[in-house]
Amino acid sequence: MVCESWKAKLDTYLDGELPSEEMRDFDTHVHNCSSCAADALTRVQMKRGIQAAGKRFAPTSEFRRRVQSTIATKPHRRFRLTWMFAAALSILTVASLLSTYLGVQRSRREQVYSEIADLHVAALASSSRVDVVSSDRHTVKPWFQGKIPFTFDLPEVQNSEFSLVGGRMTYLGQTPGAHLIYAVRKHQISVFVFQEGALRRGWDKSSAVTKELSFNMATWSQGGLRYFVIGDASTADINNLAKLFKSTSS
Amino acid sequence: MWMSGLGPQSDSFEELAMPLFDQLYNFAHWLTQNREEAEDLVQETYAKALKGFSSFQLGTNFRAWMYRILRNTFLTSRTGLKVTMTVPLDPEEDGPELAVEFETPETILFERANRELLQSAIGELPVYFREIILLCDVEEMSYQEIAETLSIPIGTVMSRLSRARKTLRDRLRPQFQAGSATATIAKGTNRGL
Repeated sequence: MVCESWKAKLDTYLDGELPSEEMRDFDTHVHNCSSCAADALTRVQMKRGIQAAGKRFAPTSEFRRRVQSTIATKPHRRFRLTWMFAAALSILTVASLLSTYLGVQRSRREQVYSEIADLHVAALASSSRVDVVSSDRHTVKPWFQGKIPFTFDLPEVQNSEFSLVGGRMTYLGQTPGAHLIYAVRKHQISVFVFQEGALRRGWDKSSAVTKELSFNMATWSQGGLRYFVIGDASTADINNLAKLFKSTSS
Repeated sequence: MWMSGLGPQSDSFEELAMPLFDQLYNFAHWLTQNREEAEDLVQETYAKALKGFSSFQLGTNFRAWMYRILRNTFLTSRTGLKVTMTVPLDPEEDGPELAVEFETPETILFERANRELLQSAIGELPVYFREIILLCDVEEMSYQEIAETLSIPIGTVMSRLSRARKTLRDRLRPQFQAGSATATIAKGTNRGL
């Protein structure tokens, strides 16, 4: 009768679910009580028997494959969705970066056009527009020798409506270059020549004449040099002078 | 298998669920007592679990979660509804068991290693006794895990488990007596020789 309270908790004890203090008390009791020890032994054997007998059914490998294939598709779909999301995000990021890059390039270009226009206006406003005054290209070209780190050809304009006024040194973003001034009727047109690599700007490949601050401007790259033609003359005049330079340099 | 740290999205459901496949199938077969139904049950369990995986709560027991889905799926199946018409009276209090006899059914059964007899006895138990014995002794779940799986309080786990074991022992007793008589006859025959 003394053991009845113990036996009521025997299964819980053998399942290891009694509080730790009670577990220790039970251990002590089982060691000293042959009746409870025998009962515990048979119940442990019962548990072990059930454990062995309970592991009775095994799935077929074919069934396992079938279930695995059905649950494997969803993660893949999730993976695909994740991948698609990542791809979309990447495209957006690239588009954003490209847009930013193009925006920066456009901004830089506009800044250069603005500087070119400033140089043109400043020269025209100056009391000495040119440092070398000559309508002869063979006089003007050698004047730049040793002053700029490159050389360039000036077109023959004798049989055209343009006339060479002269030339001067100029700088654009700390890059030295040549500034030539031509006249067409009553208009003054500036031609700037710089080293393309030194400017480090992104330019449109087209050399079409554009409108910048109400000036007409054409720019192009040729032989590693960047040319700017700017003035208040008509688009056709700017374009014609640009053509003369292009044909000379090619 | 406890989930911790990583969220369900970062863990593959397949990685977590497939190691439980054999034991879930075994449990399903014990419940349905039929291979085809067990396969249907397991397949449906995995489909439901996968579908609800995003709602699986971190820090909770994944194994208990899977077993709970399987059991609930079974209970709502045609077979499940048929076999669970009888509902156990969980709050029922059993008196303390009397001291076991020197020769108990368990002793004899395990001396003879009669696994089939035991399997048959487990199979004949009502589902609510069969499942709790299997979860405790075969799956070695803690009372807490069983409580989570069956959605019942721990106190109910203890009382139902106690009654299930007692019922199993009672059902094995006639088997023991028959086996014991057979053994006596065999002994007498030997002596006669």
